Amino acid sequence: MEATYLLPDVEAQDTAPFWEGCARGELLVQTCSNCGHRRFPPRPMCPVCRSIEATWEPTSGRGRVWSVIIPHPPLLPAYADLAPYNVIVVELEEDPMIRFVGNLLATEDGPINELDPSTVEIGEPVRVVFQKVEDVVLPRWVRA
Amino acid sequence: MPPSVIKDRAAIVGIGQTAFGKGLPDSELSLACQAMRAALEDAAIKPEAVDGLASYTMEGGREVNVARNLGLGEITFFSQVGYGGGAGGGTITHAAMAVATGQADVVLTWRARKRAARASRPWSQQSKYVDDEWMFSRPFGLLRPVDEIAMLTRRYMHQYGATRDHLANVAIAFRKHANNNPDATMYGKELTRDDYMNARWISEPLCLYDNCLETDGALAAVIVPADRAKDFPQPPVYIHAGAQGIGRELQTMTNYFSEDPLRGPSWATAKKLWQYSDFKPADVKVAQIYDAFSPLIPLSLEGYGFCGRGEGAAFTDNGALEAPHGRLPTNTSGGGMSEAYVHGFNLILEGVRQMRGTSTNQIADAECCLVTSGEGVPTSAILLRK
Repeated sequence: MEATYLLPDVEAQDTAPFWEGCARGELLVQTCSNCGHRRFPPRPMCPVCRSIEATWEPTSGRGRVWSVIIPHPPLLPAYADLAPYNVIVVELEEDPMIRFVGNLLATEDGPINELDPSTVEIGEPVRVVFQKVEDVVLPRWVRA
Repeated sequence: MPPSVIKDRAAIVGIGQTAFGKGLPDSELSLACQAMRAALEDAAIKPEAVDGLASYTMEGGREVNVARNLGLGEITFFSQVGYGGGAGGGTITHAAMAVATGQADVVLTWRARKRAARASRPWSQQSKYVDDEWMFSRPFGLLRPVDEIAMLTRRYMHQYGATRDHLANVAIAFRKHANNNPDATMYGKELTRDDYMNARWISEPLCLYDNCLETDGALAAVIVPADRAKDFPQPPVYIHAGAQGIGRELQTMTNYFSEDPLRGPSWATAKKLWQYSDFKPADVKVAQIYDAFSPLIPLSLEGYGFCGRGEGAAFTDNGALEAPHGRLPTNTSGGGMSEAYVHGFNLILEGVRQMRGTSTNQIADAECCLVTSGEGVPTSAILLRK
C-alpha cells in the first residue's frame, strides 16, 4: 500500500466552506441564520429550527482538550511511520458543545509526533494553528 | 400504552454455526449457507418452508444468493439492517415483527464474515480523500474503530474515575467463559491480570485485550410464530422484546459532537426495549453485551439501566460479570473478545443456549437473557425468555 495520508475532500458540497476557511487561516463554525445555533460538523439543516440558511462565523480559535488518545500500529503506513502520536478532541472556549478532532503540536509547523504524547492532559488550554498537508490545510493545535 | 405486537409472539427454534477460525477455506457465502443449513436442521424445518430473511446490510451474500443455494421457498419478507455491529438484534426484531404480523411464517437470520485476513478490515480500505463525516477525524490519524472508541473511553475515565483495572475485569471475565467453551477461539488460553497490564498498546488507553477477535465464521437462527413453536424439537426461546435505537445527533463511532457523547445509542434502544417488557433490569440474571471493545460494557450497563450514569466501571468489580455467581454474568460464551467476533451474532446464539439450558457457562435461574448489539453505532437489543 502507498504510504499516504488521508485527506478531506475539501470540495464536498455541505462542508467546503469550512476547508476554505482553514485555507485562509480561519476556524469557521457554521451558524444558523435563523436561530443562531452553531453546528459542527457542518450539515445542510439546523437541527433546532430546520432552517437551511447559515453563515460561517469565525471563532476564537481557543479551546480545551476534551479527550486524547495515542494510536499504535497496526495503522495505515503513513501514520504507522509517525506512531506513537496524539489525537485530541478540543472543545471550543466560547461554546464547549462545538468540538474538533485534531492533533496537539510542539511547534506550529512541526510533525504530529514531535510532542511527547503522554504529556497531553484533558482540560489543558490550546489554540488553533493551520498546517498545509499536500494540497489541503488542516486545523491543528498548540498549547495556549 | 397500546399492547406490543411482538411481545412473546415469535420464537427462535433453530440455531446453527460453523467453526470459528482464521483463514477458513470456504467463501463467506458458503459459510453463511452452512450455518443456515445447520440452523434449519436444528429446528427440523425443511428449507422449502422458509419464506422470510433478515440480514445485515454489510452481509456479502444477498438474499437471492442464499435462497438459491439452500433451495428456499418463495420469499415474502426480506429486510436488512445497517451499521454493522448494531444490526444483530435488529434482524431478530424484524423477523419477530414479520412473523407476528403474518408477513412470513419461517424467517432465517444470519451473519457470515471472513474478517481474520488483515486486508478485510474495513478501516484499511479507506480511499485517500474522505468525503463523509469522517473527513473531520481520519485525516488526523483517528483511523480505526479502536481509536474512535478509545477517545470516548479516555473521556469516560476522566469524567467518572474508571481505570484500566475495570476494563481488565471485562476482558478476564469473558476469557474465563471462553475457557469453558470448546467452540471458543480462546478455549484453553488463560488471561491473567498481569497479561492484561503488560499487553501492547493498540490505542491508549486501550490495549490488545480490550479489543475483540478477528474471526472467520457464520451463525444463523430460525424464527417462527410462537403458537407453532412447540411443534419443533428444541425448547422454544421466545422473543419477549426487541428494539432499535439512534440517539439524538448521534454520529456513528465518532460520537464526539452531541451534547452528551457518553450517552450512546443504548439509551434510546433501552427505552423502547423495557417499555413493553414484563422484565426489568433487576430481573435479568444473564446478559450478552456487544463487546467489540471492553469499554462498551460499562457504557452499555449504564444505557440498559443496570446501574446509574458513571457507575458502569465499578459495576464490573468483584467478579460481577463472571458465571456462575456474579451479579450479572455477561458474555457467557466468551463474547466477541474471547469466543468469536461475528458482528455479535454469536451473542444471540449464546442467549438462545442460556434459555435452552445448554450453555457451557449455564446460569441456572435465569428466566430471560438480554442480548445487545453495538454501542457507538445505530444499534438494537433483544430480550429472550424461556
